Amino acid sequence: MSLQTFLQLDLPALLATLFATMACALLGNFLVLRRQSLMGDAVSHAVLPGIVAGFLIADSRATWPIFVGATVAAITAVVLIDLVRRFGRVEAGTAMGVVFSIMFAGGVVLMEQAAASNVDLDAECVLYGQLEDILWLAPTGLASLIDPVALSQMPREVVTLAVALAVSALAVGLFWKELKITSFDPSLATTLGFPAGAVNLGLMILVGIVAVAAFEAVGSILVIAMFICPAGAARMLTDRLATQVRLSLLFAAVSSIGGYTLAAFGPLWLGMEHSLAASGMIAVVSGVVLGLAIVFGPRHGLLARRRPAVVVEG
Amino acid sequence: MTSLGGSGITWPSVPEVVAVLLLQGGYNTTVVMVGVTLLGIAAGTVGTFAVLRKRAMMSDTMSHATLPGIGLAFLAAVALGAEGRSLPVLLGGAAVAGVVGVAVVHGIARHTRLPEDAAMGAVLSVFFGLGFVVLSYIQTLGTGAEGGISKFIYGQTAAMSARDAITIAAVAVGVVVATLLLFKEFRLVCFDPEFAEVQGWPVSAIDLLMMGLVVVVTVIGLQAVGLILIIALVIIPAAAARFWTDRLWLMTVIAAGFGAVSGYVGAALSALMERFPAGGIIVLVAGALFVISLFFAPGRGVLAGSARLLRLRLEVEAQHVLRGVFEQTEARGAPLTTPVSTDALAFAGTWSAPWRTAVLMFLWARGLIARPSTPLTLTDTGAAEAWRQTRSHRLWEAYFARHVAIAPGRVNRLADMAEHVLDPGIVARLEEQLARDGRLPMPGGLARPVRE
Repeated sequence: MSLQTFLQLDLPALLATLFATMACALLGNFLVLRRQSLMGDAVSHAVLPGIVAGFLIADSRATWPIFVGATVAAITAVVLIDLVRRFGRVEAGTAMGVVFSIMFAGGVVLMEQAAASNVDLDAECVLYGQLEDILWLAPTGLASLIDPVALSQMPREVVTLAVALAVSALAVGLFWKELKITSFDPSLATTLGFPAGAVNLGLMILVGIVAVAAFEAVGSILVIAMFICPAGAARMLTDRLATQVRLSLLFAAVSSIGGYTLAAFGPLWLGMEHSLAASGMIAVVSGVVLGLAIVFGPRHGLLARRRPAVVVEG
Repeated sequence: MTSLGGSGITWPSVPEVVAVLLLQGGYNTTVVMVGVTLLGIAAGTVGTFAVLRKRAMMSDTMSHATLPGIGLAFLAAVALGAEGRSLPVLLGGAAVAGVVGVAVVHGIARHTRLPEDAAMGAVLSVFFGLGFVVLSYIQTLGTGAEGGISKFIYGQTAAMSARDAITIAAVAVGVVVATLLLFKEFRLVCFDPEFAEVQGWPVSAIDLLMMGLVVVVTVIGLQAVGLILIIALVIIPAAAARFWTDRLWLMTVIAAGFGAVSGYVGAALSALMERFPAGGIIVLVAGALFVISLFFAPGRGVLAGSARLLRLRLEVEAQHVLRGVFEQTEARGAPLTTPVSTDALAFAGTWSAPWRTAVLMFLWARGLIARPSTPLTLTDTGAAEAWRQTRSHRLWEAYFARHVAIAPGRVNRLADMAEHVLDPGIVARLEEQLARDGRLPMPGGLARPVRE
């Protein structure tokens, strides 16, 4: 593998993955604390009709109508779940399951109509992502990394995801106090005058947008994994929110690089010819990280809990 | 929208519709319809308990978790020299992976600080990611089997064979029988697990059995409607049935019925209309049933709830009006049936025009006032009711003020008749008290004794 193929093939894919996973992991911290981890799952299924509708209306595979359709569908799903839960007095998980599966079914039916008009819309790319198709054709050597002309040809996915990460980081930074108090104690937050409902809706909409931005590149499964696994692993290791957020970002980066490397080069090392699915592998690595944290966490891990309390002998 | 318009829907003829609905629409159609109808019954039955146990998303987790099992079973079968694509092998792998997924969620939620939903999401995505890696490996083998395996994700109802339908029928019967046998245990665990635990029931084992039934239905349904839509068939009919009743056995029956209707109608539509994929249509039919239930169910539906709330508010307001009229006529020393303008009632100043109409119509429809317009003239029934209301209100007021030391302003037990609750001796003393204060209401609203 030459440096040039690395720069052209692997670097853009890695960057896209890194930005996507870190953005998801950042927001995931609050989802895990709020017991809304499955929102990523719900949103990732619910966007299907939006994607197909955006595609049908624009009559092309152009990106922005699909992006708009997916975002509208994601926000619709979030709002509908909330409405069904409150007005139908239905448990949150049931409301999610009902709303997203109906929307997904609608997407499947719509897709069949799209197939009728002889256009190819691959639903699986939403599920699995097209990480391997993100190419940066400009670089000729290491010098290209600081060459503005070459950098300006960075694939659109990488740029979009960098923006998504920056927006999430900015939002979390600005509303840190609000997010923190509404995540840990929503009723206290309401008594103190923090708009818990508005913060929640804002977070959900941000989750929807980040998820949609990440689907195209890394696929919905990895998005769901990244909303939960890094934050969950970090939660096993610390009681401080700031530390937890930093750890989750680190875990997201480790999983991305580790998973990508294993998928792209692992089979070659084992003497196989083809690489494996990168997004799936990254999800698996993040799951392994979570598993390790669950077992070996210093205070909350399984081993630490099994150990009898330290007895001071005098 | 040109693409949609250009697709040109062909409507089936009436005889075709009748033939399909009567299961005469050809061998394949009949097999599919019978199969998914039975699947709907089984899914609705197990879904009832999953929804009541707040485990709706567990079925989602489980169905995603089956994917690596399917892939690994295929690889194992090929390695052993067997036919990898055989359905029992793949479904066996799916069931094992589903059970492992459930066990991991259970373990994480029980033994760590992570909440159950995080455990479910983690298992769902990591297992599915693993499944995807395995599938991408199978793809590199070049056997062309990956197409056959990935159809589990979206399902392929049309490909259902008579043998599949028989399998589904057997499973549906098994699930229903198991549910009937364990009905008492399931009910206990659904509604009061702590009580069940204290009573010595093996709650964990019953829970696992319940989830086991969901696994069975999920695995059987994978091929029919796909792993994402089977969870819809488990959750939606049960969630819809919940709006209609508070009785568990009735809810189970309704959920099974909704599941059956979704399967039957969905499969029929799919057979009759071009480009209506059965899996999606079945779920949309279930979704329509859910939306109808959400709004129109008499028990817990949104409209019934709003109607109840509106009626309650009208009843309370009507009581205010009756008491207001009583006090007005009492103050003037006039008989109760004297017309009183609504302007004389202080609280009526805040009424909006539609609300005023609604309140007056309500009073009139109940036969409490002679005409639904101001000034208000009480009918004889209205006069009697006004007296009862005022008397009850004042008795309570006096009781709370004297015996319970609650500020009279907080007393608002309008609907309760004091003499039904309070001891007759206390009522008699309170009446004496009111009479001394000149506040004892007289039937017919006779002039009150002048104070002082």
